[in-house]
Amino acid sequence: MKVIIGLIAVSVLFLAGYGLSGAAPYLFGVIIPYAAFALFLAGFVYRVLAWAKVPVPFRITTTCGGHKTHDWLPRSKYDNPSNAVETFIRMLLEVLCFRSLLKNTKTQPGDDNKPVYATEIFLWLGAIVFHYSMLVVLLRHIRLFVQPTPAFVTMIERADGFFQVGVPVFYLTSFGLIAGLVYLLARRLFNPQVRYISLLNDYFPLFLLLGIGISGFWLRYISKADVIAIKELATGLVTFTPSAAILSSISPLFFGHLFLVCVLLMYFPFSKLMHIAGVFLSPTRNMANNNRAVRHINPWNYPVKLHTYEEYEEEFGELMKAVGLPVEKE
Amino acid sequence: MAKFDEMEYYKQAELLNIDYDQVPDSDWMDTPVDFRPGTFIYPGKPARLEYLDLPNAREWSVLEEDWKLQDNWKQIVLEGMAERLTKYRSFKLFMDVCVRCGACADKCHFYIGSADPKNMPVLRAELLRSIYRKEFTMVGKVLGKIAGARELTIDVIKEWFYYFFQCTECRRCSVFCPYGIDTAEITMMGRELLGLLGLYVNWIIEPCANCFRTGNHLGIQPHALKDIFEDLCDDIKTATGIEIDPPFNKKGADILFVTPSGDFFAEPGIFTCMGYLILFHELGLNYTWSTYASEGGNFGLFTSHEMIKRLNAKMYMEAERLGVKWILGGECGHMWRVINQYMDTMNGPADFLEVPKSPITGTVFENAKSTKMVHIMEFVSDLIKHKKLKLDPSRNDHINVTFHDSCNPARGMGIIEEPRYVLKNICNNFYEMPENTIREQTFCCGGGAGLGTDENMEMRLRGGLPRGAAVRYVQEQFNVNQLACMCAIDRATLVTVCNYWAPGVEVTGISELLANAMVLKGENDRKLNLRLEEIPGK
Repeated sequence: MKVIIGLIAVSVLFLAGYGLSGAAPYLFGVIIPYAAFALFLAGFVYRVLAWAKVPVPFRITTTCGGHKTHDWLPRSKYDNPSNAVETFIRMLLEVLCFRSLLKNTKTQPGDDNKPVYATEIFLWLGAIVFHYSMLVVLLRHIRLFVQPTPAFVTMIERADGFFQVGVPVFYLTSFGLIAGLVYLLARRLFNPQVRYISLLNDYFPLFLLLGIGISGFWLRYISKADVIAIKELATGLVTFTPSAAILSSISPLFFGHLFLVCVLLMYFPFSKLMHIAGVFLSPTRNMANNNRAVRHINPWNYPVKLHTYEEYEEEFGELMKAVGLPVEKE
Repeated sequence: MAKFDEMEYYKQAELLNIDYDQVPDSDWMDTPVDFRPGTFIYPGKPARLEYLDLPNAREWSVLEEDWKLQDNWKQIVLEGMAERLTKYRSFKLFMDVCVRCGACADKCHFYIGSADPKNMPVLRAELLRSIYRKEFTMVGKVLGKIAGARELTIDVIKEWFYYFFQCTECRRCSVFCPYGIDTAEITMMGRELLGLLGLYVNWIIEPCANCFRTGNHLGIQPHALKDIFEDLCDDIKTATGIEIDPPFNKKGADILFVTPSGDFFAEPGIFTCMGYLILFHELGLNYTWSTYASEGGNFGLFTSHEMIKRLNAKMYMEAERLGVKWILGGECGHMWRVINQYMDTMNGPADFLEVPKSPITGTVFENAKSTKMVHIMEFVSDLIKHKKLKLDPSRNDHINVTFHDSCNPARGMGIIEEPRYVLKNICNNFYEMPENTIREQTFCCGGGAGLGTDENMEMRLRGGLPRGAAVRYVQEQFNVNQLACMCAIDRATLVTVCNYWAPGVEVTGISELLANAMVLKGENDRKLNLRLEEIPGK
């Protein structure tokens, strides 16, 4: 049910952009993109600030591997960091390499149905392929917004189009983006445990991204969209001089693609996709495990009701004296 | 005929009848909780709640329909959530960023042992997250169930009670989560919210009340503690020929020693305690035990942040009263999470103490320069490195030992190398369990976080399966016959786990093995170990 609703929702959204843009090109080509981007920026900042303003009362690092202790004992600097530099590297490895996912194992029934643990690398692989493809595809899109095309974008394109298959050049990441998403979706659908925990909140963004990926793929490789006109629209949008005239010469397929991107931007700040920012703020990852050396301050630390030694001796003093335990009041 | 709170009641074949791919037909929100005896813990007794000034103290029963909550229970919970969402970034962030990738799903020992989907860490968090969405997010308010949001009802509260007391806050899932989402944080929040309604379990809240009053979880009063130590010293005399008169509440001692009270009571914990006594005596350490701060553990960690602080405060207060220089802590699991991650922040700064320095080797423990508390294994490994202990590991030659990393020292601190270094110096036969079951990937004993009571036997055995199976593996491969650990809860709960899943493997603390291997000044012929068993070949 959740799957079908997600699929239908994205299909309807695509068709809306595809079908209605002819009737209201300015709405779909200019107004909605501006609104979506504004909402994305404002929402993103709002969400990050909402997290950031909540204090971190305790330093609750999840430690993996040995801590910093005797110099002569081995330790895990980047899984159990003791200072800011080591923590920074831990975060870098987490954000760039998905290091925790790389540790993934799969619990399986072994002899007598007792659990054994196998290496499970596919979730990591699917995630890496999708995220890095997404990043490169995004960077490649810079070409559409900036004139002349920055050198680094051309370099990325050259690397990405290494295989030089066909015309236009086939980019590896065009495939990677879709393949990564298809794997993640298939995993959600066919792994019984993951399917059981999945919500519409999980299927919808997957279908949305797939819709964007597939329509983008179609625009580039199959319908061979009018890049010149699209670039004129895009540069007009980023320089706040949108050209209404150009809109009519762009294919409806492009508006379907663009509308899904706008929906993604608007949906992003209110969804789990905010993990892109959240990962940087995670208290179990972004703090050093140096509590015993450097005191962590809790801004709302408050006095609590205690049971003092005096109260204790009040109750047990006579019993203590009887067995020769030292007391304050003889 | 065994009862549900005895391990004989459970057939291995039945507990192992697990199929991870089999999920319930109904959506998890529509799947009711099955409160069957053996899988939940009895309610906190009203007298205990009253002693601690906790709300809604009353008699109630898990199996009865009416849990006797306050009339405005819903308001209490929602206000409690709102407050915590503004005080703990962890809570707010972990409510928001989960993508349900499922990496955590099969990492939980309770899930591995039960295949109950709500024991997947991700669903345990969704129990709370679903209410968060409904009450605190726009999308959840508008879309409702399809977006994973649901109404807060009495049944939700009952579900929380069942599953937040089916999590041992071991943090194994947090190792694998790409965002570091820590179910221990979720469970701690869940238990705090339940606490606002007076929903505590007695196995946790009674130790809290005891600790508040008598200084230790077991409720041992000062004169009784002295008695216990006299008995322990008698046994030490029999085993080693050494006479020890342990110092209590001694002003002017250099070091205050604090260890979990589990080591004062019942085997095999007491052998670990005898190990400490022998070690300190042999070193001639100017130290003291305290009857007021006679608890290293902290069941507050399983109750609320406020309770952690209330119970932990005694360590620094007593250290200041006695005028010691620094504090040495014994073998305990969650105690060290509290000392490492909470104590200094809550009850520091301990300006009245000095940076810990070993009086034997002169080593300064820079890594504890603020908290001023050193772990016994940091202390002992330093002694061994500097050759300050005379050791005869052959006395442990009849033992094939493996080491169980306790959850909190592994994932809330990182004291992983010290115990191994010590073990390898005091035992000639040391074998590791499979790598996915040790170090930061270690499995809980199944009874941590206050769940180690017999009425919870089914869940303890299920939760203990991953550890038990790993012990069984090294037992079959290497004839391992002892499981060493540095945690008092482990020493209590792993005995059952081993008896059930790997019968023949005994549980021991490291300090017990250490004292057995130590060559003491003026010792007897050492034919007996601390358990007063004959040492083979001696």
